[in-house]
Amino acid sequence: MRGVRKAFGATRAVDGVDFAVAAGEVCALVGQNGAGKSTLMGILSGAIRPDAGTMILDGQPYQPREPIDARRAGVAMIHQELSLAPHLTVMENIALGVEPARLGLIEWRRMRDAATDALTQLGHPEIRPDAVVSDLSPAGQQLVEVARALASRARVVVLDEPTSSLTHADVERLFALIRRLKSQGLAIVYISHFIEEVKAISDRVVVLRDGANAGGGRTAELSPEMIVERMVGREVEDLYPRTPREPGEALLELSEFQPGAATLTLRRGEIIGIAGLLGAGRTRLLRTIFGLEPVRSGRITVGVYSGPASPAARWSQGAGMLSENRAAEGLAIGLSIADNLTLSHLTDLGPGFVVFPSRQAAAASRWMERIGIRSAGPRQPVGELSGGNQQKVALARLLHHDVDLLVLDEPTRGIDVGSKAQIYALLDRLAAGQGDSPPREGDSPRLPRGTVPLARPRAVLMVSSYLPELLGLCDRIAVMCRGRLGPARPTSEWTEHSLLMEASGAQTA
Amino acid sequence: MDGTLTADGSIGRANRLKAVWRGDSGVLLGLLLVAIFFGFLIGPQFFRPVNLELMAIQTVIVCVAALGMTMVIVSAGIDLSVGSVVALATVVTAVLLRRGYDPALAALGALGAAALCGAMNGLLITRLKVVPFIVTLGTMLLVRGAAKGVAEERRIEAPLTWLNDLLRTARSGGGGFGVPAGIWITLLLALIVGAVLGYTRFGRHLFAIGSNERTARLCGVRVERRKLQVYTLAGIFAGLAGIFQFSRLSVGDPTVAVGLELDVIAAVIIGGGSLLGGKGTIVGTMGGAAIMAVIQIGCSQHGLPNWVQQIVTGIIIVMAVALDHWRQESFRRGAAQ
Repeated sequence: MRGVRKAFGATRAVDGVDFAVAAGEVCALVGQNGAGKSTLMGILSGAIRPDAGTMILDGQPYQPREPIDARRAGVAMIHQELSLAPHLTVMENIALGVEPARLGLIEWRRMRDAATDALTQLGHPEIRPDAVVSDLSPAGQQLVEVARALASRARVVVLDEPTSSLTHADVERLFALIRRLKSQGLAIVYISHFIEEVKAISDRVVVLRDGANAGGGRTAELSPEMIVERMVGREVEDLYPRTPREPGEALLELSEFQPGAATLTLRRGEIIGIAGLLGAGRTRLLRTIFGLEPVRSGRITVGVYSGPASPAARWSQGAGMLSENRAAEGLAIGLSIADNLTLSHLTDLGPGFVVFPSRQAAAASRWMERIGIRSAGPRQPVGELSGGNQQKVALARLLHHDVDLLVLDEPTRGIDVGSKAQIYALLDRLAAGQGDSPPREGDSPRLPRGTVPLARPRAVLMVSSYLPELLGLCDRIAVMCRGRLGPARPTSEWTEHSLLMEASGAQTA
Repeated sequence: MDGTLTADGSIGRANRLKAVWRGDSGVLLGLLLVAIFFGFLIGPQFFRPVNLELMAIQTVIVCVAALGMTMVIVSAGIDLSVGSVVALATVVTAVLLRRGYDPALAALGALGAAALCGAMNGLLITRLKVVPFIVTLGTMLLVRGAAKGVAEERRIEAPLTWLNDLLRTARSGGGGFGVPAGIWITLLLALIVGAVLGYTRFGRHLFAIGSNERTARLCGVRVERRKLQVYTLAGIFAGLAGIFQFSRLSVGDPTVAVGLELDVIAAVIIGGGSLLGGKGTIVGTMGGAAIMAVIQIGCSQHGLPNWVQQIVTGIIIVMAVALDHWRQESFRRGAAQ
């Protein structure tokens, strides 16, 4: 692949990347979240069409239009999330899309034979071709995916984070399998966050950063530190204002809290960050704190309230949560800005249980003005806004509710730098106790109570995959790795490098 | 990307136009077109007060049930048990009247039975976590069976009371200003439900649940409780529809109103409700019910057989939704530019 480019809107996901892998080689592709790995491999497997660049496969120009073209050409992709049809059998999954058929009738015998061949070649003849896929273990399901790749006579196999759902023993077995495939002359691309896995399995490393090549070389010649340096490679920009903060009383206390094995104390006037890789269990921890998932064990205290509670109770205890997934959970995309912004707190917008749309819109307008949400008005459906403005609506909900504890999951995911900077400044002001902006003279006297934040410090617990913002914004940072939350240490004791090392489970240098 | 997001006044104006385009005007326009069509076909006598009243009386049962259904559909649910609950309500009313209860008590008993049916729907949906379509498909049969059981598979004759005057005009001994009491009740309830949907926490929660249940939960909406409430309310409205049905028949009939739920759902859908939830208005629903009534009366007065009516109604349902979809698409394209 040469000079491959792809832009999504204004975001250049991949910008002029060169990438090559030889037969009989395992090439590791590494980079931080959002570095462009998945986009690059999407282009290779025909799921995404590049804007520019050329690809050559076995000396021939290669231009897949659809995933099926890539499969026919011998490029197979094994995804992070398994892409199997769980209700179908093993052999149906292996043959999916290329079912052997005569006159439109499936040739079951040929399908079974092909599946048996592929599974034998993998060294797993014990998997029955007519077993239903959902009955297999995660490792077994992954084997079916690999078998599908083999059955389609793949010459290039891409494994995208293949170990995230596997146990340690299964990882060893997978590595043995990768070595066997390699010895059969296949070219293998191995995408992983885990540096130790990359060291163990790959011959060569290619590092991506911000959608461009950032070095690489023979694995044997690279230390884990050198790989991480290339992944990070950037100075922390001065996007992050820091007003002096005064830690006050504890607003969130966790003790041996499961899931997450978390022990943590968050005080008023403090921002604590949680770093970690995708799938480390950070989102689950936040959701459990907020009552969206059941607490397994351990103790939790929010403000003066101890014990598990429903989301409704958490809101009334003065906590608010921002979901990592704006479209699926954070916002009701079809409803208006005003509806979304005031949903958690529809009281005080009319007498009793009455909600006056005009007051709803007025309350929303004030926040839209204060934190700079660009829109055609408070009644515009939220789905029509840009990502950054949508995120500001979701965040403004917490301000409207006037919460003391902000639980934020990826507060700046997928938004532009300008909006990011505004959100950083807002969080800093909240933690420092400057409120949002002081109430002005001449404000509408009909303004519902509770929409003007008192100038008191708030507490922020934020999960982020973007290390510079954690380092720039947080007072303390804890790292979550494989479902366990480490201790929260002062930000000054962390570097991007050490965070990444700890998050990938490598030894801390 | 940010095309519509400027504070620019011209775009604001364009948005107001779009808001009208997206609102209920489509249904009302459709109603107007259908009415004009039959007006030409039949002549001015089609619009005589007596005829309008006939349409209102014909449609009042669908309308009342559709008030509850609108709330259910806004919350992304569905209630297929409406027809059966109507039948049960007629039976309960008749049985209580026969036993010599006061008509008001008989009506209350019917409403209570219907509320129980609705609460059962709500409990099954929230506790068993089975989708509303399946639960209410089950209770549709269950309640129909119960109605037949209570009535011992017969029509139940009941003494004539003021309940039978609910849908009668002053001329024939009913309601105020020459309009039957049942129509006044329905209009009043429509106003109330419209206000509840637009101006109360309950109403806004229903829209939030229907638009994105996960968001509602994240925002502390007690989703299960709201669902239980909305299905119970839908049951009560179906019960009231049953009382109107009894009023017209003056017997308790366990086999009445088979398939009524489909007319009710059609009214909501023609009125701009979406089975995916988050959309629907009372004005739209009433308009939808009125369109169907106009077609029904128009066809029969023009001497068109019942099968033509059914074909026309079927076409209207599909066209209304397709048109709505097209409007949404054109709006989205406009927003994307």
